[in-house]
Amino acid sequence: MLSRYARRKLADVVVRSACVIATLIALVPLISVLYYVTVRGIGGINVEFFTELPKPVGESGGGMGNALVGTLKLVFLACAFGIPPGVLAGVYLAEFGESRFGRLVRFSADVMSGVPSITVGIFVYSLVVLQAKHFSAFAGGVALAVLMLPTVTRTTEELLKLVPESLREAALGLGVPKWRATLRVMLRTAAPGIATGVMLAVARVAGETAPLLFTAFSNPFWSSGLNEPTASLPMNIYNYAVSPYEEWHRQAWAAALVLLLLVLLLNISARLLVRSRVGAR
Amino acid sequence: MSVSHDISPLIRPRSKILTRFGREVNWGDFIFRRLTALLAALLIAALVAITVAMVRGSAESLAKFGLGFVTAHVWDPVRDVYGALPFIYGTIASSLLALCFAVPISLGVAIFLSELAPAWLRDPVGFLVELLAAVPSVVYGLWGIFVLAPWLRDTVEPLLARTLGFLPLFQGQQRGFGMLAGGIILAIMVTPTISSVSREVLRAVPSSLREGALGLGATPWESVRIAVLPYARSGLIGATILGLGRALGETMAITMVIGNRSEISASLFAPSYTMASVIANEFSEATGSLYLSALAEIGLLLFVVTVLLNIVARLLVWRVGNQPLGGSL
Repeated sequence: MLSRYARRKLADVVVRSACVIATLIALVPLISVLYYVTVRGIGGINVEFFTELPKPVGESGGGMGNALVGTLKLVFLACAFGIPPGVLAGVYLAEFGESRFGRLVRFSADVMSGVPSITVGIFVYSLVVLQAKHFSAFAGGVALAVLMLPTVTRTTEELLKLVPESLREAALGLGVPKWRATLRVMLRTAAPGIATGVMLAVARVAGETAPLLFTAFSNPFWSSGLNEPTASLPMNIYNYAVSPYEEWHRQAWAAALVLLLLVLLLNISARLLVRSRVGAR
Repeated sequence: MSVSHDISPLIRPRSKILTRFGREVNWGDFIFRRLTALLAALLIAALVAITVAMVRGSAESLAKFGLGFVTAHVWDPVRDVYGALPFIYGTIASSLLALCFAVPISLGVAIFLSELAPAWLRDPVGFLVELLAAVPSVVYGLWGIFVLAPWLRDTVEPLLARTLGFLPLFQGQQRGFGMLAGGIILAIMVTPTISSVSREVLRAVPSSLREGALGLGATPWESVRIAVLPYARSGLIGATILGLGRALGETMAITMVIGNRSEISASLFAPSYTMASVIANEFSEATGSLYLSALAEIGLLLFVVTVLLNIVARLLVWRVGNQPLGGSL
């Protein structure tokens, strides 16, 4: 029979170990995914993979050059449509956001960040694709931008609020108009943090598949311009993974490796950006 | 930090305009405020537009099937009869199963990271857990098809059938692809959400509560149990609901492993189908306006449910850190 004290000590040790074990279990899938994607994907990576079009079923070789370019196009469009309005809306929330309207905007942003990405796909389908009567990179970019918008807005707001008011006061005291003080002093000071948030948002949408299903769709060939159905790495991974062909599975793993590297690179460099700032202080 | 810009070029003679009340306003400020307000309004407009688009898209189906849509279980595009029950069941069951796995693990992670881990370990481990959220859904799906499902089929499911096979949950053909695989993959994907929100919630608990408990001789676990968890409860429930919202709307990974068959089965080994999956699989190939409309109605249901869950969750999370300390303090 344990003493009361020993029992309490035991409970403490048990729960603490349970927490450690839970953390380890949570990391097992990450390690497994990284391991399998690397091991199975590395064989499919060669120059051809980055430059060639996919080969038809039955022929080996070929690559995903078009999907790689397509993903870059989509991400570029998403940034072009999503970042400027997002940042400026964030500026509004930080500067003038304590009104009823500001609270409504903040609420909408929070709600929108929880909207399933497939719903956004249907929305952009009815907004853009139905009007244009065809799938396009443009529609895909809009869908990804809609997904980015709330994150970019809220990040900008949060980071602007961290900038010391004294900087603004110094600028205003020198006779700078308020809007210039906001843009040139406040926003510039918060820029590295905002860049981090934006990079994380970009990393998130770069891997999105569901909103592209009925917007950018996919394309076995090179697409010119922004007005055609466009292949992307996530869509190709999906289509190839659910196909019954061995050769396509190999390509899917290789594409997954490239996509994962792209996303992890964005994530890690975003965090390093923050860390270097903190370290410099 | 230094802001060492020469600001002299920024200072120009001001051109002034008057507001309605005769107050002087810098024209730049005037435009700036209205421009940013317009872009902020874009967020509200987008949310309204999504709602309108979803309702309009599903109008035909709403009119034809009414409330019966959610209780009918026949989904037959050939005869143009649509009922969403199997998808609703699949979505709810897979998400709840995911929470069964993810909530204990996430709470463990959050408590470890905010209360127990040594300071040098917190950031690296927290970063790794967040990387779990950075892996694209479709990559989890690929891993699910070629790694998780075969493992479940060859190892886990036979084991469960041997030991717990008397329960209807663990009977039937062992395919690997099915409810169990779907639940596990969703659990992996919502763990970072639940654990990072929970960690924030635990951080918002005033440290005086912890110190009080420790000062009275509580062990670290007792201080968490007696002082921290009760204060954080609503926030932790909020974190769980946020995770649930994520799980309900998750599309690609679960589409790739759940088997995509519109059956309602008690067995975790059986294939199932979720609302998001049926949209993903059938929307771009749907012919006929009623078919498209029925799919859009599923999207509408998903949208409404996730929005409501998000609102509730955010209110709960917000309450922690904004609530008064207990009367005795």
